[in-house]
Amino acid sequence: MSIRATDFSECGPVYGLMAEFDSAQELVTAAHKTHEEGYRKIDAYSPFPIEGLAEAIGFHKNRVPLVVLIGGLIGGLSAYALQYWVAVITYPVNIGGRPYHSWPSFIIVTFELTILFGGISSAIGMIALNGLPLPYHPVFNVPEFTKATENKFFLVVESSDPQYDSARTRSFLNGLSPRMIAEVPS
Amino acid sequence: MATNTQIPVADRRVPVIAPGHTFSTITEKIANIVLKRPVSLGWILGFLIVFGMLNMLAGVLGYLFLKGVGIWGINIPIGWGFAIINFVWWIGIGHAGTLISAILALLRQTWRNSINRFAEAMTLFAVMCAGTFPLAHMGRPWLFYWMFPYPNTMRYWPNFRSPLVWDVFAVSTYFTISLVFWFVGLIPDLATMRDRAENPIIRGIFGLLAMGWRGSARHWHRYETAYLLLAGLATPLVLSVHTVVSFDFAVGIVPGWHTTIFPPYFVAGAIYSGFAMVLCLAIPIRAIYGLKDFITERHLEISAKVMLATGLIVAYGYFMEGFMGWYSGNQFDSFLMWNRFHGPYKFCYAALLACNIFIPQVLWLKKFRVSTGWLWLISFIVLVGMWLERFIIIVVSLSRDFVNSSWGMYYPTKWDWMTFGGTIGLFLTGMWLFLRVLPSISIFEMRTLLPEAEVHEAAEVKP
Repeated sequence: MSIRATDFSECGPVYGLMAEFDSAQELVTAAHKTHEEGYRKIDAYSPFPIEGLAEAIGFHKNRVPLVVLIGGLIGGLSAYALQYWVAVITYPVNIGGRPYHSWPSFIIVTFELTILFGGISSAIGMIALNGLPLPYHPVFNVPEFTKATENKFFLVVESSDPQYDSARTRSFLNGLSPRMIAEVPS
Repeated sequence: MATNTQIPVADRRVPVIAPGHTFSTITEKIANIVLKRPVSLGWILGFLIVFGMLNMLAGVLGYLFLKGVGIWGINIPIGWGFAIINFVWWIGIGHAGTLISAILALLRQTWRNSINRFAEAMTLFAVMCAGTFPLAHMGRPWLFYWMFPYPNTMRYWPNFRSPLVWDVFAVSTYFTISLVFWFVGLIPDLATMRDRAENPIIRGIFGLLAMGWRGSARHWHRYETAYLLLAGLATPLVLSVHTVVSFDFAVGIVPGWHTTIFPPYFVAGAIYSGFAMVLCLAIPIRAIYGLKDFITERHLEISAKVMLATGLIVAYGYFMEGFMGWYSGNQFDSFLMWNRFHGPYKFCYAALLACNIFIPQVLWLKKFRVSTGWLWLISFIVLVGMWLERFIIIVVSLSRDFVNSSWGMYYPTKWDWMTFGGTIGLFLTGMWLFLRVLPSISIFEMRTLLPEAEVHEAAEVKP
């Protein structure tokens, strides 16, 4: 297979093509167009969360709320179960004939542990579903990408996309009038 | 062409971010405090003082562990003394941080973006200071883990019906969730710091902490969900923590403690003192680090208004205590009120009313809300007042309970004062270091405040 003779071609396998934009608005528009064009293995990078960008690249499956729900339920149920087991079964203390299963007293610890487990699962769930910590990622090979955490906006079409073709994808991205296009070495 | 940038009515006053800023200037200004700004002599001198105070804490606690809690002024009947006064005071201060970061996030108060980071740091250090006191008060603090339910050879379990056990769970959950919330908020900014740092070691440290954050749209999407859920969970949590602290008192039968108004009154007092501390820190920080563009007059004014509002709730609480002393017809309750005004600690109560109720009323005047000097002074007075409130609740109630034979007096010793001063050292050392090693304002959230950050979903993109 012949490789086109561009400046980037000697870098070995390619992760994808990266286009740089100046504004959030341009990135969202470009992401929409790329998705409409049929590209699916795409990602957009921005220095702050942009409303509608995830939808623009076709990302809808967000399982963080489910993780938090499960975490919170585990926290609350285990806290109540522990208190019941301690106060009724393993270490019952008779205080003036009051019931062992004095549930109103158990609400507070149940509540606190629901919050604790829910909160921790929200953080860990988000980090894990995002695939972090990740020591290496190809996008960092592009020197301009350091601006992704400051003031620039990037769109990447990955080479694993079935529609990806180095020349055609490049000319398509060019049509979106980016500031620059770079090949991302993997 | 319909530009969608109508400014909401509330935003037409002093803006939350000074005009003329771009994504780059915001990033530069905040990140350079950590990465570029040289360490000044003033910072070093200040650090030596606060670090010295922290070392005093270490020394005092060492002596305490050697000799026991007898070095403090506590006695029977006043077994709680400074340890619990300071615990409640510090925990209350932390509340403003969570209120700003969680509750105001849910309410979409975007002005919070420039003060939430350091307010959350303030929460963390305040809760550390708070936690020191019950641990030191235990007598045998090395056995602190007995408070937690774990299988042990004594075949003993904690009593889950006790407010003191609830407190353990509430405070430790509060600290953990505050830390998690703070760290999650930091991740994108740590990535910014990683990409800007020139020193490879510093870049490595920030890179490690940022965990490879690259600002992917998918990541941001999950991130925002997680942040919102954390805010949603932290909101009831922060309200519950001081409620549980107030149960330590309200579940007891001592006059002045056994009252149903305690939970809301404690929470309002906590936010009151917390905002006072936020102002006490924000006013000097914005001046020294040149952050007046981001922490504007508007922030100070809003914080002053929050203080005024919560202060009035606290005033209502004091009024209700007095009213119930009369209305309940209970001789011990009415004696408590008499004792507050005429007993041996009457000067403390008078100072409390002045600091917490009368003096802060000047905040009704705009002049005092926008003058940094006055505002700092009033905030400091509120901090003193809220400390006195806890002193009054604990000491006055315990010193004169039901039976004359069990009356007593409490005088703090120098060790009490040094422990208190030491925790102030711990708090300030934490803040001192935080300002120089981490971005003290949330950079990415500030970027979203710029008009350029807004994306208008044009008709062309709708399918």
